[in-house]
Amino acid sequence: MDFTEEQIERYSRHLILQDVGIEGQQKIMEGKVLIVGAGGLGSPVAMYLAAAGVGTIGLIDGDVVDRTNLQRQIIHFTGDLNRPKVESAKEKIHAVNPEIKVNIYRELFSPDNAFDIMADYDFIVDGTDNFPTKFMVNDACVMAKKPFSHGGILRFEGQTMTYIPGHACYRCLFGSPPPPNAVPSCSQAGVLGSIAGMLGTIQATEVLKFLVDKGDLLTDRMLIFDALKMSFREVRFQPSPGCNICGDHPTIRSLQMEEMPACDLNQK
Amino acid sequence: MEIKLNGKQENIENNTNVADLLKQKGIQNVEMVTVQLNGTFVNKEDLSNKTITENDEIDFLYFMGGGSKSTVRQKRCYHQ
Repeated sequence: MDFTEEQIERYSRHLILQDVGIEGQQKIMEGKVLIVGAGGLGSPVAMYLAAAGVGTIGLIDGDVVDRTNLQRQIIHFTGDLNRPKVESAKEKIHAVNPEIKVNIYRELFSPDNAFDIMADYDFIVDGTDNFPTKFMVNDACVMAKKPFSHGGILRFEGQTMTYIPGHACYRCLFGSPPPPNAVPSCSQAGVLGSIAGMLGTIQATEVLKFLVDKGDLLTDRMLIFDALKMSFREVRFQPSPGCNICGDHPTIRSLQMEEMPACDLNQK
Repeated sequence: MEIKLNGKQENIENNTNVADLLKQKGIQNVEMVTVQLNGTFVNKEDLSNKTITENDEIDFLYFMGGGSKSTVRQKRCYHQ
């Protein structure tokens, strides 16, 4: 791949960066990344991957932009209210970097479409807020042997880990989705807007490290931060032999959504 | 006795089990947390069988959602 003058200028800070350089930038530009959810986490991930020059970005989200999103979902602007999130996000990605190929899926990520959509991508970013979908993203990635980044935020805290086939998966840690209402959602308990940016930029960094194949990914460890104290810690773990999807005797053989009612206080 | 809880030194009473420790830390609902004891995940049903000993390392990992809510089939709650 030859770089144009414009590309040399645009990506100059990567090109002079040890461990990225021409070779790394080429890998970034050949990269295909699927972002599940164009919300709080998906916004910063999409913006930084677009700016970095990731060749193909897929966005899946069935929702439209509403006013409560604007406090943290920075890829959507006030003028985008009521627009489909994937269209709003695609426009911003192209405004940042017209070279990016953007595939949009205005639908729910579900057991019916997961494998078909994922097949075209090298890396999946989980930017969803609910546990049935988080577990489904995990299971789909384990089954399809795709790496993915898990991200979670609540109030002033965030957590993220990276799954690479052969290493611990999200289900190794958490087993199965919590019962309804055991864990508050952001719409119940709130979230500081900038936390989404803190966590999302860590996820975007993991994607870029994966694409250029440098450094140590967040495999077999979870990074957890508390922004009120501004303290970060890391919990290390091993793949769980009893894990129902990647353990010694997996019991999950087909992809499904472990449905639970999403009970939000503001839902009627 | 001294233990390391969530990366910090803590002093707790002898003969405390993991379920006790969760209660002492104000965690009523064990469904919202995964506990790792010295690098191994503890099954929910074993929480009260695991007695903590001096210098044990314990981590609580909480479920955290976040991100976009649009990707789940929203089932409404009809209990109100």
